[in-house]
Amino acid sequence: MLVKQISVFLENKSGRLADVTRTLADNNINICAMSIADTTDFGILRLIVNKPEDAERFLSEQQFTVSCTSVIAIGVEDKPGGLAKALDILQDNGISIEYMYAFVGKTGNEAFVILRVENPETAIETLLKYGIEILPSDKIYCA
Amino acid sequence: MSYWNQAYECMSREEMRKVQSERLIKTVKLVYENVPTYRKKMQEKGMLPGDIKSVDDLKNLPFTYKQDLRDTYPYGLFAVPMSEIVRVHASSGTTGKKTVVGYTKNDLDVWSEVIARTFTAAGAVKDSFLQISYGYGLFTGGLGAHYGGEKLGATVIPTSSGNTKLQLSIMQDFGTTHLACTPSYALYLAEEMEELGIKRSDLKLQAGIFGAEPWSESMRQEIQDRLKIKAFDIYGLSEVIGPGVACECEYQGGMHIPEDHFIPEIIDPDTGEVLPEGSEGEIVFTTITKEGLPLIRYRTRDLSSLNYDKCECGRTEVRMNKVAGRTDDMLIIRGVNVFPSQVESVLLSIGETAPHYMLVVDRKDNLDTLEIQVEITPSLFSDEVKRLEDVEKKISKEINSTLGIGAKIKLVEPKTIQRSEGKAKRVIDKRVI
Repeated sequence: MLVKQISVFLENKSGRLADVTRTLADNNINICAMSIADTTDFGILRLIVNKPEDAERFLSEQQFTVSCTSVIAIGVEDKPGGLAKALDILQDNGISIEYMYAFVGKTGNEAFVILRVENPETAIETLLKYGIEILPSDKIYCA
Repeated sequence: MSYWNQAYECMSREEMRKVQSERLIKTVKLVYENVPTYRKKMQEKGMLPGDIKSVDDLKNLPFTYKQDLRDTYPYGLFAVPMSEIVRVHASSGTTGKKTVVGYTKNDLDVWSEVIARTFTAAGAVKDSFLQISYGYGLFTGGLGAHYGGEKLGATVIPTSSGNTKLQLSIMQDFGTTHLACTPSYALYLAEEMEELGIKRSDLKLQAGIFGAEPWSESMRQEIQDRLKIKAFDIYGLSEVIGPGVACECEYQGGMHIPEDHFIPEIIDPDTGEVLPEGSEGEIVFTTITKEGLPLIRYRTRDLSSLNYDKCECGRTEVRMNKVAGRTDDMLIIRGVNVFPSQVESVLLSIGETAPHYMLVVDRKDNLDTLEIQVEITPSLFSDEVKRLEDVEKKISKEINSTLGIGAKIKLVEPKTIQRSEGKAKRVIDKRVI
């Protein structure tokens, strides 16, 4: 039920993001979703790609510092209150979110949200109990 | 023209040699009999104290290194029982261990004497108000200058370092005439004065005695122009005694060394040979009146040269030129000695392996800054910003407690810090001094 996310350390200097996307392109890896957390000096690029193992390997070969983390992907209705419902559940159950980002799937009536929490197993259990859709990786990777 | 101790400061070279020879013989005997390290070093060279008959024999004696102080940490090189030691000071060492120096009551008198001479050379008198803005504590700067000022009979204002606004208001209200601090802090004070709208006419400042870090002639000009004072260079290192090992007179043409207490030599740092007069090389000191921690031919690692010409001020004491650099990789940042290897040991204590790192030293608004670039390693990396910031904070905290100065930690990508063949380049010093 968990989705693999690739994180890459990037110094804040021009061209580094393009270096990552070029490496992925050269190796025929598709980016499904991404987000960047930035500070004054560095950024952390988080990627959901269709071939996470390959991405990790190719980026490492290019001297990037890469890590692979398990995150949760949920599907919410693409309408007002869709995300609020899921987050209320997490809040009510005392599960805090380290970070999250969202993207819209190709079908158009569903939005996908990537969640990073301390303890993903508990979070999944809780979300399922309240009827939130947890997306398996294959659905995300082809989204 | 005024001197603190004319008899010694203006002594003929011949007489000075006699004084030095007598005192050197005594010192060698003292260390041979009381310090195992020296006895061993001399025995290895097949020497006995009796082989030293005059200063001419000094060149045959073995050197003392900072490592000798570390090897015998904390008190192993002291030549008197601890009951005779009335004060210790310490400076930072390469592996976190400090270099400890000890003073007998008589040593403190000698120290105050040489500092009283330097303050006098800088124009201070009994009626002067002397503000000491060097740090008080284990660092020799504050207390050394303090007691020298009291010996002179001046009114000493012990502000210690930091709190610039307070320093400036005291300077105005208490009527400071002489300021002792690092040259970079002097410039910082000048800047803050302008910022706070303090007029030069609000101050009674006449001169400053600046040291504990290298500075250039252009920096001197800037300090003199901005503070409208005469800026004097003072040299010292805690192992020899602290500040007061050498200081300029009003002619500012090199720093006079009180040779009746410290004998300087200039050597080739590679061969150890004494170099001819006027050559640049490593300056080495032998203390000839100290009791607590006498040092024979102490290797300072500072590059300088000596000038024996009689000075216009009337002093016959030799003058050493401004320190031109170091023979090792020690940096002086905000007056604090920093070795890159200290940073390495901090990084080692945090990660499993020491990452590549680079020290970038700069001077912003006249204050030294230290940035430590650390290459991220897989074990330090995380997908969460707060964890990476925690890594930076942790390194910064450890650096601060080990070095005693703050540093900005910057995580950088792997393989971005320049690699060099052989000895790694660990420092980029952008300071223009």
